[in-house]
Amino acid sequence: MRAITLGHYLPGDSLLHKLDPRIKLLCLLVLIVTLFLVRTFWGFILFGAFIFIIFLIAKLPWRYFLRGLRPVLYIILFTLILHFLFTKGGKVYWRLGPLSVEEAGIYMGTFMTLRLILLVVTTLLITLTTSPISFADGIEFMLRPFRRLGIPGHEIAMMMTIALRFIPTLMEESDKIRKAQIARGADFETGNIFRRARNLVPLLVPLFVSAFRRADELAIAMEARCYQGGKGRTKMRELHTKPLDYFGLFTSFGMMLVILLGRV
Amino acid sequence: MSNILELKNVSFDYFLNGEASLRALDDISLTIEKGEYIALIGSNGSGKSTLARLLNAILLPTAGEVWVDGLLTSRDEHRWEIRRRVGMVFQNPDNQIVATTVEEDVAFGLENLGIPSSLIKRRVSEALERVGLSSFRNHAPYLLSGGQKQRLAIAGIIAMRPHCLVLDEPTAMLDPRGRREVLDTVKKMNRREGITVVHITHFMEETLEADRIFVMDRGKIVQSAKPEELFNGETDLNQLGLEIPVLPRLIRMLRSEGLDIPANILNLNDLVNILC
Repeated sequence: MRAITLGHYLPGDSLLHKLDPRIKLLCLLVLIVTLFLVRTFWGFILFGAFIFIIFLIAKLPWRYFLRGLRPVLYIILFTLILHFLFTKGGKVYWRLGPLSVEEAGIYMGTFMTLRLILLVVTTLLITLTTSPISFADGIEFMLRPFRRLGIPGHEIAMMMTIALRFIPTLMEESDKIRKAQIARGADFETGNIFRRARNLVPLLVPLFVSAFRRADELAIAMEARCYQGGKGRTKMRELHTKPLDYFGLFTSFGMMLVILLGRV
Repeated sequence: MSNILELKNVSFDYFLNGEASLRALDDISLTIEKGEYIALIGSNGSGKSTLARLLNAILLPTAGEVWVDGLLTSRDEHRWEIRRRVGMVFQNPDNQIVATTVEEDVAFGLENLGIPSSLIKRRVSEALERVGLSSFRNHAPYLLSGGQKQRLAIAGIIAMRPHCLVLDEPTAMLDPRGRREVLDTVKKMNRREGITVVHITHFMEETLEADRIFVMDRGKIVQSAKPEELFNGETDLNQLGLEIPVLPRLIRMLRSEGLDIPANILNLNDLVNILC
């Protein structure tokens, strides 16, 4: 069976892996804000260098970044082309009917593309070094203050955990159903994309029916084990901040200040 | 010996569109003593699972009372204490495991009870030890075999220190080896630690080690007897959709051939000793 990981977590024991997930989420937030404060290309070079150093500390293989960028490749290309063609101003480089590539377009296009790439890379840096389960813990904690606004932090974290728990189970099941349907003459391989999508119905319907049945049984099993929501619940693995965590947070805020005060 | 479970004239109806459409349990009264090992058998639809779910307040009786350790299941303030005291293991091992690692799953119930972290860790280690899964602590549950998954489910329950374990066909989806593992674990909990067991099963062989067997048919308990009484007695189990296990059937046949075999023989070794 294929091993499935959410957010492509890569186990390891670097300093970055050891950071408290809550701190990592906070750092990510700070760095994303910083990225939107950057106003010049120098700023991006500075930020890029910073990310590069962290990347070396995290001891991650290169190809994971390229792989992580692949899904957003089209969005990046789209942004680039859109800006090239439609942002006007400055010297005109090329013209064809109503379309033209002008200086401001090239500037903005490159600028936005760099921002997007750095955004994805920064996020990847965090997701690659945080196990999904501590991620869920971190999110639960970070959302705690918003409880009063009606944001169900505990429930979101519990949903993430259960989703993670059931991904392999449902994968196995879909494999089984697939084989059962093939044995009954179903065809999942030929035809154009629409046809193939329609042919998936005999796979998806039983899968959903069974998923709902599972959910029902799981709910009863959870209640039987005294689950009553997040209230009054404790955790086996408690999160503790270490000096390293404060250092990480300090560094992220440092980067923000450098960008702000340096006006880059 | 005191009663841990007591049902007084309990009936249960399933409702459909506001109307009682199916009487699953019909005026059942029974008592189970602390430390007993009860096997509950009956054909499909006889009400076994419904009865099990009444024992820890997942379902509440339509009529009558269910008492657990002196607590009434229909009282809201008793509900969680009852669920801690009466742990439940279900049929499908996959659909009762919540967490992504073995130890986290054992911790789930304890976390719900609001127990401090250091104590949870201790109880988790202890529970895993008792079911023999210590070496799988950090494994993902889907990598376990069926028998191991059910033992994990049992560990998650006993970590909560229950007084009673209700197992709803825990071996139905397991291979023979997994079945043996689960049965041995359950028996150990009962014999060594005095946990009361209510074991619902389809496999008649699994009832031979019970202290008492309850036979259910169409919402009623039609028989309550020791295994040797039930299988050597006159009750027509076939008519209730049940089959007599191989060994008692063999003994019956030998008896009808004129061999003199005492009534309390229920395992193979004893039988061999008598015959040879």
